[in-house]
Amino acid sequence: MARTAVLGRLGAAAPIAWRLAELVELVPETPRVASLLLSVPGWPGHTAGQHVDVRLTAQDGYQAQRSYSIAAPAESERVVLTVERLEDGEVSPFLVDDLRAGDRFELRGPIGGYFVWDEGSGGPLQLVAGGSGVVPLMAMLRHRAAVGSDVPATLLYSARSPEEVIYREELDRLGGGDGGPQVVYTLTRERPSGWTGYDRRIDGEMLAEVFGRPDADAMAFVCGPTRFVEVAADGLVALGYDPSRVRTERFGPSGRS
Amino acid sequence: MSFVTRGFRGRRRETDESGRVPPGQYRTDDFPVLSAGPTPHTPLAEWSFTIASESGEELARWSWEELRALPSETVTVDIHCVTKWSKLDTTWEGASVDTLLAGIETDAAYVTAWSDGGYTTNLPLEDVTDGKAWVAFGYDGEPLDPEHGGPARLLVPHLYFWKSAKWVRGLRLMDDDDPGFWESLGYHLYGDPWREQRYWGD
Ligand SMILES: Cc1cc2nc3c(=O)[nH]c(=O)nc-3n(C[C@H](O)[C@H](O)[C@H](O)COP(=O)(O)OP(=O)(O)OC[C@H]3O[C@@H](n4cnc5c(N)ncnc54)[C@H](O)[C@@H]3O)c2cc1C
Repeated sequence: MARTAVLGRLGAAAPIAWRLAELVELVPETPRVASLLLSVPGWPGHTAGQHVDVRLTAQDGYQAQRSYSIAAPAESERVVLTVERLEDGEVSPFLVDDLRAGDRFELRGPIGGYFVWDEGSGGPLQLVAGGSGVVPLMAMLRHRAAVGSDVPATLLYSARSPEEVIYREELDRLGGGDGGPQVVYTLTRERPSGWTGYDRRIDGEMLAEVFGRPDADAMAFVCGPTRFVEVAADGLVALGYDPSRVRTERFGPSGRS
Repeated sequence: MSFVTRGFRGRRRETDESGRVPPGQYRTDDFPVLSAGPTPHTPLAEWSFTIASESGEELARWSWEELRALPSETVTVDIHCVTKWSKLDTTWEGASVDTLLAGIETDAAYVTAWSDGGYTTNLPLEDVTDGKAWVAFGYDGEPLDPEHGGPARLLVPHLYFWKSAKWVRGLRLMDDDDPGFWESLGYHLYGDPWREQRYWGD
């Protein structure tokens, strides 16, 4: 019976419709990264961690599709994407450099029901970000702040240099606030003078220092380039985290950073 | 039908020309990784592959050595990931699912593949028989990397690649189509890349 019900639901599911998004504002985040604040009429709402598919169509009908995580929390009326420009990329340089306020493109979503967190999912929330992998994790921290959740949260964020830290001001503000998340950076290539924080790629020792022994209720989310995700997820499992409570998302080509 | 975005011209048009890249996909020479959780590392001594009935009864089982002793095939196929990349001419070595099912009598219409780490995915039986699917343990002449699903993964190249379950440990013969992991989370029950069946309702 249960299965028939599920199949009935799947069979009857409406397609996730393509919608027209309009760029309201482009906010530079770092020299290579910008956030796209979008107005998407009919947007059905989303949960932190989900993504959208973007579809761009050229004059002659040629199309390209890519996935982008939603940076905005569930509470946001705007859909916000944060895109890193990859040299010679097809879609990301267009979104970051060429799109102007008022321009429109197609997207559909929200997509993904596993790499998601909301207040009801509990925690502690353990987040591990590599580079632009911080985007879906930021949506979780923004949601946590928006609902005033007291679920303990920690973000370990690996970036190449201070200039490449996305959302730096907001993270410092959230982290400095009452009940805010603990935010720990590791800067792998360039450090400001006098930097006393981590200065190396993520490893087991760092994960142990930042996250400590696993709480049975802890939920870990790891997002970044493939190598990074492998090391961080393996490291958490080695610390004793239940593999089924370590969720991962990888942004694509292993060549990324 | 689609909306033309001002100023977008596109740079990867070569992808169109081969006629081998399904709609909405782009060609990559890289080998990206997609998985929902940590990579399991089951020692080969503890590894086995099982064919089970719907009720869970074991119908056949191979240890790692036994699986490797079966006739193996080398196939070169194109693969298509729902996250949009396609990779052409990938070469795999594995045992055909036909070989594994030989001698098993069944009226099942579907299979559910299960994996270390709890992953499952559902497929029609006819999509894993007649030379359409393998339990692959080699990639590009090397043992399959754990992050790509080693020691062994299912290989069903004509469907989106989430159907090619990594770290596969068995197939369960099913009367009905029972949504697996991603199929319960919004991804299409069947997943034909040429019909762009990415999500529920596609
Ligand atoms: C679930 C999910 C969520 C994601 N979320 C985000 C996000 O929040 N933010 C974000 O920035 N990205 C995100 N991504 C990645 C995003 O989807 C794109 O992969 C990324 O923007 C690159 O696309 P592109 O078209 O710019 O580059 P592509 O054209 O796809 O190229 C990617 C890279 O490969 C190189 N390359 C590709 N093809 C060739 C070739 N033939 N020859 C030489 N070099 C080549 C390019 O130079 C480039 O560096 C996400 C991906 C997934 C799957």
